[in-house]
Amino acid sequence: MDISGEYPIPAPRTVVWAGLNDPDVLKNAIAGCEQLVRDGDGFTATVVAKVGPVKAKFGGRITLSDIDPPNGYTITGEGQGGAAGFAKGGAKVALSDDGEGGTILKYTADAQIGGKLAQIGSRLIEGTARKMADDFFSAFAAAIVAQPANGAGAASLEMQGAEAPGVEAVAASEAAAAAAARIATPPASTQKGLHPAIWITGLVAVVGGVLYFFAQR
Amino acid sequence: MAADSGTATGIGASPKRKEDFRFLTGRGTYTDDINRPGQTYAYILRSPHAHAEIVKIDTAKAKGMPGVAAIFTGADYDKGGVPCGWQIHSKDGSPMIEPPHFPLCKDRVRHVGDQVALVIANSIAEARDAAEEIDVTYKELPAIVSTGAADKAGAAQVWPDAKNNTCFDWHIGDKAAVDAAFAKAHHVTKLDLINQRLAPNAMEPRAAVGDYDRATGEYTLYTTSQNPHVIRLLMGAFVLQIPEHKLRVVAPDVGGGFGSKIFHYSEEALVTWASEKVRRPVKWTSDRSEAFLSDAQGRDHVSHAELALDKDGKFIALRVNTIANMGAYLSTFAPCVPTYLSATLLAGVYTTPVIYAEVKAVFTNTVAVDAYRGAGRPETTYLLERLVEKAARETGIDRVELRRRNFIPKTAFPYQTPVALQYDSGDYEATLDLALKMGGWADFENRRAEAQKRGKLRGIGISTYIEACGIAPSAVVGSLGARAGLYECGQVRVHPTGSVTVFTGTHSHGQGHETTFAQLVSDTLGVPFESVEVSHGDTNKIPFGMGTYGSRSLAVGGSAIVKAMDKIIAKAKRIAAHLMEASVADIDFKNGEFTVKGTDKKVSFGQVALTAYVPHNYPITELEPGLEETAFYDPLNFTYPGGTHICEVEIDPETGVTQVVNFTAVDDIGRVINPMIVEGQVHGGVVQGIGQALLENCAYDQETGQLLTGSYMDYTMPRADDVPSIKVATHSTMCTHNPLGSKGVGEVGAIGSPPAVINAVLDALRPVGVTDISMPATPHKVWQAIQSAGKAKAAE
Repeated sequence: MDISGEYPIPAPRTVVWAGLNDPDVLKNAIAGCEQLVRDGDGFTATVVAKVGPVKAKFGGRITLSDIDPPNGYTITGEGQGGAAGFAKGGAKVALSDDGEGGTILKYTADAQIGGKLAQIGSRLIEGTARKMADDFFSAFAAAIVAQPANGAGAASLEMQGAEAPGVEAVAASEAAAAAAARIATPPASTQKGLHPAIWITGLVAVVGGVLYFFAQR
Repeated sequence: MAADSGTATGIGASPKRKEDFRFLTGRGTYTDDINRPGQTYAYILRSPHAHAEIVKIDTAKAKGMPGVAAIFTGADYDKGGVPCGWQIHSKDGSPMIEPPHFPLCKDRVRHVGDQVALVIANSIAEARDAAEEIDVTYKELPAIVSTGAADKAGAAQVWPDAKNNTCFDWHIGDKAAVDAAFAKAHHVTKLDLINQRLAPNAMEPRAAVGDYDRATGEYTLYTTSQNPHVIRLLMGAFVLQIPEHKLRVVAPDVGGGFGSKIFHYSEEALVTWASEKVRRPVKWTSDRSEAFLSDAQGRDHVSHAELALDKDGKFIALRVNTIANMGAYLSTFAPCVPTYLSATLLAGVYTTPVIYAEVKAVFTNTVAVDAYRGAGRPETTYLLERLVEKAARETGIDRVELRRRNFIPKTAFPYQTPVALQYDSGDYEATLDLALKMGGWADFENRRAEAQKRGKLRGIGISTYIEACGIAPSAVVGSLGARAGLYECGQVRVHPTGSVTVFTGTHSHGQGHETTFAQLVSDTLGVPFESVEVSHGDTNKIPFGMGTYGSRSLAVGGSAIVKAMDKIIAKAKRIAAHLMEASVADIDFKNGEFTVKGTDKKVSFGQVALTAYVPHNYPITELEPGLEETAFYDPLNFTYPGGTHICEVEIDPETGVTQVVNFTAVDDIGRVINPMIVEGQVHGGVVQGIGQALLENCAYDQETGQLLTGSYMDYTMPRADDVPSIKVATHSTMCTHNPLGSKGVGEVGAIGSPPAVINAVLDALRPVGVTDISMPATPHKVWQAIQSAGKAKAAE
């Protein structure tokens, strides 16, 4: 299964890159992400995913490679869902300027699932994965847009996240979208310049989370 | 044996099945219905990978979960592996490669669903929850799935000892003679075929309850088996080293098997072994998803076949090369399916004088493959009947005429084939003629033309088949590698008041033995049908048995019962002679009455039975009291059912959907005891054959080895609207070497039908230029074939 997508984000590439490496941003954008911890050249993550009748907790590791700030990287991850099986995959994420101060995020991902997940879900996985990818990147984009607005805006987003722990992906993305809508013009100059390692880690986590979601199907 | 008795319950009558009341009212007792005091529940953690090393298994957290009684892994299992029951030798004389098959993997998993850990808890929910907490570290390895590619360079290796994944490389027949015949052939027809893998899908998933009794040291296994004595033998002697007198195996009501419940499965050994470890009964019940990953699957042959014909269309030689997929392990009878149950039937119903077949068996990272309804004969029949059909098209000889020209004539029996078997009887012209008539062959073109007006492509297909069943003469199969005898045991116990219990070593799981055998006994002993009870499936009740498979129950098991009844009648005659003060030689027995020749003296069967148990007036110095006899019957040959199947299909060229609109099955199955049960058996078999031809396919991801058709969303079982009303008839010649004359009917439907369906599909598609299609001929495949044939035509 191969999935790809493209998201215009009204923020400069460096800001988007920072977001891709910010564990908090990523964690908030991954529905069901319980834990995202830096671990050597990658992250370990725990994601609880529920799709239809199948619910499982996936534990796994994500590694980053081909790191090219602020243009993109490759992430690969693998998660074990216990008796439900496993999911693994990778994604290439590429950022480019849209010529109007914004960024185009493109990704191509592939995911493999095994065990019970594959047995009952191989035919459904693609549609589910696509939706999860959409949910994640739209939440991520909204968070990026919201982030540099001002302290209040960011706090507001964080508060929403904090108030609703374990919130479902859709809810999270709606909150993010609402937050984004409140910010009329994202000030491009207020990037905070997060450390690339953090960005990378975050991105990896995001992609991993997406893949996990896919796998849960 | 007597001919049809003409009564409502005797031989040849169709009384309603005795077993149906309990089945239709939900009162059957299946393995999962059995609950033992203090019972625990087992959940088996299965591999999500097709091929991987087990680096580490951490069960510490899982063991602390609520309700957990024990968790075992391969390191804990200290008993033997599951054995294979048939040994094949390769061309060079070397024995096949037999890899170990432990119930829990020691260090490597070899297919998705391979058994990694056994979790035993107070409830199945707790067992499942605990299994979630087992942390297994795998190191993934490349997997091989493809049957055709498994022996090629670069394929992942499943077993270190099996070079190029080859289990054995076997052959049969006279290669030099075949080569010589091909050299002078007028025409050679060549065909590549895939007989795809199928999942058996019995209605009742497998289950097993192990129960160890500390007080007596006895083990009891309740299991979904077609042959409890075979399980006792294999598991007791080879796996767990439990002597027979301390091991009881019970196969209660079983909801279908189709071969998949013949084999000794490792779950049976696990629950039995674990019940002693945890000192409590252990129950395991498969769910449907698990069945797809753990029930032995069927077929999976890739073949190339060549048929040489002379200028008159006579077959002068046949050459076949087959690769058979064994899966990751050797299941109980797997090696004999593509060899002695398959290649030995390559003569079919034809006089082909020389035949040479090579069969290579390969290991792959897939679920084990073994016998499934027909076991080897559907594969051979499909190959032959597709090949003959193609030869007819290529030579321009009418396809029915070509078959007739090559039939073994009725007068030629017993007929020795060039591939070991000797057919005892048959009349292929007769079954063909009847089928052509019933199937409306002569006026088919009218129906084709009518369908064309409606925009439909209509086709008709035929298959004239033979199979070997009544498995099997022990000495013969022993010389071919079987590690067991294949006789059957029957015990007839006449009770003091004249009712009868029959104990049979065969097992009924849909076949209706309780009815058929009761008819046989009622008719023979002259006791009412209602007074006969048939008991089966418990090693503590039945003296011995080899079970039910290979359409053997009536031909072999029924013959054993007949032999036991012969003994009963012989003894009863002596008692009757004593009662009537006559010579034994003057006693006749008919319709339940003993008479003295030339007199009006008579005593009933019931009087004799009572005398045997209340021997006040009894020849006690010459004869023991009681009236109970046991017989073992070992057949002298296989039986050879055969016949003609005709299928008619209509294809919608817009959608590729194939509808089977007519199906006619005319089978020669020897003596028929219950025509209704025969019809039901043929119906079921034909539906499975249509399933293989049009719908079913067990698909694995070629790269990862993941099973892609692991549920009914993806594995297409035939449904009622996929099959027409099936016309069934029998035209019987008697089996010449068993006392009943019966040949067997359990598998004929699944054997004769797939090529009839595919030949019909190809007949329908001929006008649009399609000449080949593989099973299953799904709408997708048919539509694509139509499109690419159309493009090829346009390009001309």
